[in-house]
Amino acid sequence: MNTRKFIERIGEKTIDAIEEVGYHFSLLVESFYWLLVGPFVKQPVRLRNIFSEMMKIGVLAIPVVILLSFSNGVMMAIQGIVTLQEFDAESQVVPGIAYSVTREFGVLITAIVVAGRSGSAIAARIGSMQMSQEIDALRVMGIEPVRHLVAPIIFSMLVMMPILTIMADSAALIGGGLYTGIVLKLSLGTFIDRCFDVLVVYDVMQGLYKSLIFGVLIALVACSNGFSVSGGAEGLGKATTRSVVISIAMIVMADMIFTYFLSR
Amino acid sequence: MVVESESTKDESVIDVQDLVTYYGTRKILDQVNLKVRSGEIMVIMGGSGSGKSTLLRHMLALNQPAAGAIRLFGKDPSKLSAPQLHAIRQRMGVSFQNGALFNSLNVEENVAFPLREHTRLDENTIRIMARMKLEVVNLAGFEKLMPSQLSGGMVKRAALARAIVMDPSLLFFDEPSAGLDPVVSADLDELILRLRDAMKVTIVVVTHELDSAFRIADRILVLDKGKVLILGTVDEVKSSDNKRVQNLLNRKSEDVIVNPDEYLQRLTDDLAGL
Ligand SMILES: Nc1ncnc2c1ncn2[C@@H]1O[C@H](COP(=O)(O)OP(=O)(O)OP(=O)(O)O)[C@@H](O)[C@H]1O
Ligand SMILES: [Mg+2]
Repeated sequence: MNTRKFIERIGEKTIDAIEEVGYHFSLLVESFYWLLVGPFVKQPVRLRNIFSEMMKIGVLAIPVVILLSFSNGVMMAIQGIVTLQEFDAESQVVPGIAYSVTREFGVLITAIVVAGRSGSAIAARIGSMQMSQEIDALRVMGIEPVRHLVAPIIFSMLVMMPILTIMADSAALIGGGLYTGIVLKLSLGTFIDRCFDVLVVYDVMQGLYKSLIFGVLIALVACSNGFSVSGGAEGLGKATTRSVVISIAMIVMADMIFTYFLSR
Repeated sequence: MVVESESTKDESVIDVQDLVTYYGTRKILDQVNLKVRSGEIMVIMGGSGSGKSTLLRHMLALNQPAAGAIRLFGKDPSKLSAPQLHAIRQRMGVSFQNGALFNSLNVEENVAFPLREHTRLDENTIRIMARMKLEVVNLAGFEKLMPSQLSGGMVKRAALARAIVMDPSLLFFDEPSAGLDPVVSADLDELILRLRDAMKVTIVVVTHELDSAFRIADRILVLDKGKVLILGTVDEVKSSDNKRVQNLLNRKSEDVIVNPDEYLQRLTDDLAGL
């Protein structure tokens, strides 16, 4: 009896999960539809909305992203030098930092910051609009909620995530460079020069591709959790938490898969 | 009454046929039939939870019927393409039971919102038009307040202003006068009548207020637990000898206990399973 219930529950959860993925996908398709086709059917995605999302998602996240990435760069330099000293190879710390920052940690930190800052805010905003029937109000005015709310978010993510990632990369390299400079008596200029010696466009692009995917993931998870809010303030809180947890989990797992295919 | 002579030809703006709907497994509306004619004021009444707002959501094509059909301006919304549905919806104005104002916009921006989205009017014209509608609902001077700073009645009136800003040909009000003082609520009735008379707007009003219903209605639909109790003109409803209708009109509880055994049964029903 109990095992049957258990298996049933697993089955239900699986179906729920598949449905959710399907819903994410349809949100994505719809958003692109409105971004591309909207202007021709008198349902354009408004620049006003796009700019305000860019501001919230991107510009306001810059200080945190830079602070965290800078710290991360310093940490990597500390750990790298300590580890490499054992092999008398501490000068190899430069390529080590350069690769892992551009391919991996710049974008990862950016994505986690954006998921925490914007993912939760988006889920809360759409969720409270759902609760107060603002979404219904949009619909009955003949305004497609996905076009009005989701499409600008997706678009802004696609623009801002790469920009934030480049800032994060730079901040981390500067952080790593400053620490390395102090410890190994290497000027920041030399450090950066050596970074550029080892880095190829592909390394940086790898981070940027990922940033696009992560941005879309964050947007879709946040929006779908917002739209599915039911059951008052408690439901709203749950949806907000859920969207952050799920998007960070998905980011880390997706990152692992990407790294496997892109970095070997 | 006014359009009675013409009503032989099919002029219904909304046509609800055998509508059945569920929330989960609970049947909310059961075989509801209703035609709203062009230019009339249809009032929907019924006890709390009888399904009035749900019926409204169906007429707005926000919910899909489990059985039966809805026609808006002669078209089945579930068979329309998105642009066609948008076009129809731009001819409709809705004021929801809770107002559903956009909380991130102030009163004036709320009222101007449909104009900004659907028209190419310049900024000044839009603001003037928004202010005109706010004048109409007695909210002049409150343009810059945010929805959270409004009283319940003010939210209702702002929502009303937003509903009429596009000069729709079909208007829905869910409980427009609930929570308003008698003077404002009478003003609102006047406004509804004026909209109909001046602009030939078709209006569907959900309300609890009997006085208001009798004052504005051309016809009244009374819902009871999801079923149509009666549909007729004000006089027909007033003179109905249906007991439940009379209870409603005389504000008596509808659940006067008929059968003590049944009552006892109901109280102990759920306990049996424990
Ligand atoms: N989203 C929902 N999910 C589940 N049940 C719902 C939902 N909305 C309404 N109901 C149920 O449907 C029934 C009819 O609700 P509805 O809001 O249509 O009533 P109403 O006649 O408008 O009542 P009131 O006069 O109090 O506004 C109620 O029993 C309510 O519990
Ligand atoms: Mg209601």
